[in-house]
Amino acid sequence: MLLLEVLRKPQHISSLSLREWDLLIRQARSADLLGRLWREVELSGQVEGVPEAPKRHLMAAKFLVERQHDAVRREIGYIDEAMRAAGLRAILLKGAAYVATGKALATGRTFSDVDILVESDDLAAAESALSIYGWQPVKQSAYDEAYYREWMHEIPPLVHVKRNTTLDLHHAILPVTARIKVNTQGLREGNALVDGCTNLYVLQDADMLLHSATHLFHEGELAHGLRDLHDLHLMFGEFGALPSFWDHLLIRARYLGLMTPLLYAVRYSRRKFHTPFPLGFLGQLESDSGQGSILMDFCYDRALLPKHASCEQFGSGLARVMVYLRSHWLKMPLGLLLYHLSVKSLARLRAKEDKAATA
Amino acid sequence: MPPFVVRFRSNVPSLTPDFLTLYADYELADVNGFADFHVEIRYVPNLKRLFDPEIRFYFDGTPSFSVLPAQQSFPTLEWGLNWCVAAHSHHYLVVHAAVLERNGFSLIMPAPPGSGKSTLCAALMMNGWRLMSDELTLYDRNTGHIYGHPRPVSLKNRSIDVISSAFPDSVMTTPVMTESKGMVALLKPPESAVLSAALPAKPRWLVLPKYEQGTEARFERQGSARTFALIAEQSFNYDLLGLDGFNAVGSLVDQCICAKFTYSNLDEAMSLFQNIEAHLHEVVSVTP
Repeated sequence: MLLLEVLRKPQHISSLSLREWDLLIRQARSADLLGRLWREVELSGQVEGVPEAPKRHLMAAKFLVERQHDAVRREIGYIDEAMRAAGLRAILLKGAAYVATGKALATGRTFSDVDILVESDDLAAAESALSIYGWQPVKQSAYDEAYYREWMHEIPPLVHVKRNTTLDLHHAILPVTARIKVNTQGLREGNALVDGCTNLYVLQDADMLLHSATHLFHEGELAHGLRDLHDLHLMFGEFGALPSFWDHLLIRARYLGLMTPLLYAVRYSRRKFHTPFPLGFLGQLESDSGQGSILMDFCYDRALLPKHASCEQFGSGLARVMVYLRSHWLKMPLGLLLYHLSVKSLARLRAKEDKAATA
Repeated sequence: MPPFVVRFRSNVPSLTPDFLTLYADYELADVNGFADFHVEIRYVPNLKRLFDPEIRFYFDGTPSFSVLPAQQSFPTLEWGLNWCVAAHSHHYLVVHAAVLERNGFSLIMPAPPGSGKSTLCAALMMNGWRLMSDELTLYDRNTGHIYGHPRPVSLKNRSIDVISSAFPDSVMTTPVMTESKGMVALLKPPESAVLSAALPAKPRWLVLPKYEQGTEARFERQGSARTFALIAEQSFNYDLLGLDGFNAVGSLVDQCICAKFTYSNLDEAMSLFQNIEAHLHEVVSVTP
């Protein structure tokens, strides 16, 4: 796949033909990686080598991403204000955390929402504080509402009444019913206060990486899969520049109960982006957690690619279904899973019938 | 459609005659070159296809929300192409406005639907003004130039008759009924406008048109603060461009003479636009 080849070896960007640019821009757009592609062009000093027509699309993406970052920084300020008023502390997760800490990997990263984590005891207080500041829950069906409230690790998405921004409020990093048991309290160790904030924190680097990995490999629909994997690839590079990081990462993964997500993050980051890792680290990881499986490779090799005509291969559709089922399998016990999936498919059928009736 | 290259595919044969007529003067692009937008109009594969077929617009494989009757294929393609340009051209300030050129200077006409903007634009285009676009004005904030991308002009309801009786030689598609806009017909742009599509123009006149039955055609000068607010509101990416957007609208408005134009009769309107510069200097009443 052209996009992957270019992200692995950006130094060849300026030798691409126009026909290749045509495909590259489309693949990057569909993977939500146009901004990151621009970052690679700039970092490798090849701005001059990009033909005018594709450059316009990259510039447009750069503008879009930079404004999103401005907006995220503003949101962070407002969330901090709401938390301060209620005397609560919250942790920024994923994209918002990359931007808030000024990580290099933030450059070019697109956004759709901001995620924060609070203590489960603080959930009600946080929800009401955010609602005073304008974040209101999106209306859900009665079943979805109950499903979120009872089983999930987050409440239904909150949308700001004026700015229309989306906020996901989490009280754990995985559902209560999930198969892996996470040491959620452990995540509070080594948090750093966000610059300019009084009540907003970020996870320490290793935990930030582990959380992003956990999130990606529990996700059922990988609309941003490749972008999120690219985040991990860049984190390995950026955090791993400090040699002591690798041992620390293993210690944290064991302590938090997140060895499996780490294994997958490493495995697919290597398979897709050829991320370099210290041999000692790989050895320890494998002796602890094994190597992954052919079935997982079949699914994730395909499902992590963007949904673009040029990336479809034999089994892509099946792989996406398997990833969807796997994510639910990981998130809940079998009985609940069967119940949940049947309610969901009934609701889908009913929506279809309603649509047919009104058409 | 400079400055854009589009790769268009369709399995809807009824689209072909309109497409070939209205896009006859456009240059064919190199198949091995770069296309800005890959678009498609495709039948919705359902049973209705047998008796009352429906179509959908696709942007590089991603379907648009709306499913429409196949009769509306051509207006849907035009709507889709406008969306492509408006949603992806952040290297420009993209303003929802018609734009025409004369002697290197451009006349920009922002206006909400129903203001008679397209009618006026069509008539001006038939009267020696070069059509740059009837929907999207592209302002390059680095060079201060206006770019267009001339495409068929979308006429609605009464203006279809007005234009076809005023200009019997004009070429347009058979009007079709649409849910959102009423009757729609698309008017072919002159060959000369298509061939000089890549030529930019300097911003000069910023005119807000308004059709008002029975009124005498007249210009009224408008203050730049009010015009600024209007342009900001009518632009697709003002807020997205942030400070750049603010500066772009400011510099665009500063380069222009701003006015309101009220009319009911097209001939009267045309004679005023013939000497637009003189008329705009005559009227002095400025509303802030």
